[in-house]
Amino acid sequence: MTTTRTVKDKTAIVGVAVSEFSRDSGRTEYSLAAQVVRDAVVDSGLSFDEIDGIVKDISDGIDPMYLQKAVGIEHAQFASDSHWGTSAIVSGITAVAAGICKNVVYYRSVNGASKRRAGNDFRAAKEMQDESLDLLRYDFYSPFGLLTPSGMAALCARRYLHRYGVDMSDLAWIPAVASEYAAANPRSAFFEKPMSFEECADSPAEVDPLRAVDCAPDVDGAVALVITSAERAKDLPHPPAIVMAAAQATSTEGELFSSFNRPDITGLPEMKLMGDELFRVAGVQRSDVKAAQFDDRFSFLVAMQLEELGYCERGDGGAFCAKGERIRRDGDLPLNTNGGFLGEGFLYGANVIEAVRQIRGTSSSQVENADLVLVASGAGGPADGLLLRR
Amino acid sequence: MTSSYDPTRDVPRPARWEVLYRSSGPFWDGVASGKLLLQRCASCARWLTPPRPMCPGCQSREHEWVQSTGRGTVHSFATYRHAPHPAFPAPHSVVLVELEEGPRLVSSLVGIAPENIAVGQAVEVVFTHAADDFTLFQFKPAA
Ligand SMILES: [Zn+2]
Repeated sequence: MTTTRTVKDKTAIVGVAVSEFSRDSGRTEYSLAAQVVRDAVVDSGLSFDEIDGIVKDISDGIDPMYLQKAVGIEHAQFASDSHWGTSAIVSGITAVAAGICKNVVYYRSVNGASKRRAGNDFRAAKEMQDESLDLLRYDFYSPFGLLTPSGMAALCARRYLHRYGVDMSDLAWIPAVASEYAAANPRSAFFEKPMSFEECADSPAEVDPLRAVDCAPDVDGAVALVITSAERAKDLPHPPAIVMAAAQATSTEGELFSSFNRPDITGLPEMKLMGDELFRVAGVQRSDVKAAQFDDRFSFLVAMQLEELGYCERGDGGAFCAKGERIRRDGDLPLNTNGGFLGEGFLYGANVIEAVRQIRGTSSSQVENADLVLVASGAGGPADGLLLRR
Repeated sequence: MTSSYDPTRDVPRPARWEVLYRSSGPFWDGVASGKLLLQRCASCARWLTPPRPMCPGCQSREHEWVQSTGRGTVHSFATYRHAPHPAFPAPHSVVLVELEEGPRLVSSLVGIAPENIAVGQAVEVVFTHAADDFTLFQFKPAA
């Protein structure tokens, strides 16, 4: 609690970079990581000598020391392999706010499509066997063929539909609007034109009740961003995205997508905890938020996040998105304006970068007066989030 | 013993990671002998599913293994429309069963087509020989 209070307005995201997003990068994750870190530092206007902190997600394969070795970061005084989602960014923000280091670079680099690493690809079960993100899977889930995050998520989705008396077509505006944003986003490798609500609603199930359009595609790509102090950010070339609040949360009986022994598997209790803390620290209202980036690795998670983050009642997340009106660019809560993971592919960090674009005014679907942007990551696992302002 | 076992083709064996989930050994030993055993805190009687080395309610490390009736209901289910693995031809349904004792277990169903599975349906455990050296627990619609 004390930590997040001291974080308020102390830091800013000042540099961002993304690689090409593709189905097959033809390059190593190491090469992609080095490229985006270099580009993000250049974008920030800081010199390479000034970078003294390096953070990444635990599921990212490239060790910070190797990254440092490639990019030419001489000495670092903070390095962190954080939990899931984009909590590494929260760690970096915390380190700068606490004065442990001055300028942190965050990166994530994943050949998710060509290597099928950590993916939703239900056809890649063999590769999933080699992956050790969640050891419980091998003891209790693999013997029954529950081999993918999509299958685990589908179990939670089915119970959600049952409990609230909705069906997947009630949630089909979520992938439909994501495809609209993605079609407007030149980086998306997946949508040249939007899919209609009907096309989404009528598309066949992959892991019933989830359809292919409900599962973020695996992608090859990398992202990086640079965090510095709000003070230092004043002299840098781009308008800073000031971090009003940053928060993380976990909750009891948690597993990645398989928290099956919680009393209620239709919600995300850590997301509520995280969101309440964000708004408490920032001292702003839900309605003050001009755009949001939610974790849409699976479409129904958007509905759950709307509920847990206080935008609607439990079970009403699909209704909130009905006809897409509220979540399009001119709606009350423009949501995942780059197309989200559904539109760009599953790559944590890309969601935070889109929030920075909105603050800078450079999104492919720019929202007017986007002076406060909410980010939530880690739906279905440890949650984290940010409130960024101009 | 398992020299013919091919994890890319056969039903994946439980990993039984003794380091992390020390207690999963007794669970699978129980299954091998036709019993569904649930771990319960010996101090405060909280169910510990999945198994773990300490009770999150009272921090006791003492536990006991209690045989479940094997009766429960379908809490949720999901159906793979593409085989997730060669051992599970599509359509393949995975089920989350809520046992009458309370804990929930992932499993699969026998004796029912995927389109007939329903949330809330009563089920009971059956033990299936998946291979000469390997027994699985599954569920069937309750009589
Ligand atoms: Zn206890």
